[in-house]
Amino acid sequence: MVAQNIFFGIIAAAMVLSAIRVVTTKNVVHAALYLVLVLAGVAAQFILVGAEFTGVTQVLVYIGAVIVLFLFGIMLTRARIGQEMDVDNERRWIAGLTAVLLFAVMTFALVDAFEDTDIEVNAALAPQTTQAVSDSIFRDYLIPFEAVSFLLLAALIGAIVVARRE
Amino acid sequence: MWLNQFLVLGAVLFCIGVYGVLARRNGVMVLMSIELILNAVNINLVAFGAFHQTPAGQVFALFVIAVAAAEVGVGLALVLLIYRNRSSIDLESVDLLKG
Repeated sequence: MVAQNIFFGIIAAAMVLSAIRVVTTKNVVHAALYLVLVLAGVAAQFILVGAEFTGVTQVLVYIGAVIVLFLFGIMLTRARIGQEMDVDNERRWIAGLTAVLLFAVMTFALVDAFEDTDIEVNAALAPQTTQAVSDSIFRDYLIPFEAVSFLLLAALIGAIVVARRE
Repeated sequence: MWLNQFLVLGAVLFCIGVYGVLARRNGVMVLMSIELILNAVNINLVAFGAFHQTPAGQVFALFVIAVAAAEVGVGLALVLLIYRNRSSIDLESVDLLKG
């Protein structure tokens, strides 16, 4: 339990610092690479609570596909790679105030509601969670699963149609 | 482990993402901040799934990952179209509908 908490702290600190860099760096490519660190940290947290299938999917879909898509987007919009640009608008102070106030309200509500509730992670059950997830998807959530498949198909066809040159 | 350490981590990432969406003027960077928000939601879903000992949290996190992939595809296509029409992805200049 202590080891898990130590690893949680290290990964969480790295994630928060990288996330702050994602929204403050002036270099678009650096923002994408810091985003990789945040997404990898999220995958590590999933594995820490015994959600290994979701963690592996996170790595495959986000780091494998979404980041590559972002880098393509950066390339196709001809951002001056390696150069710093004016990427923030003039409302950044009010935006920062909004974020801090939102964080204060959310943290107060969470600490008030859950105080020191524990998560029981049973490592011995870990190999069975993937089985439980697949049972759950294809039994309880079959219709939402099909709807998500259709949404993905429609969105990708839509993306091709929108981005195509006439 | 406490449930709250995951929920507060999710809240931190969510607020950083909200700041990014509000403060950035580059279209691609706004989409990156939206990814931060979606990942904060995923942490919460998986943490509550582990807390209640049910796979439903992970199932919904997988749905969110699929929807996020679709959202990034459409979003980047739109950013590309804005770039093609205006030679810039500065969202401050996309104000054709402003009164």
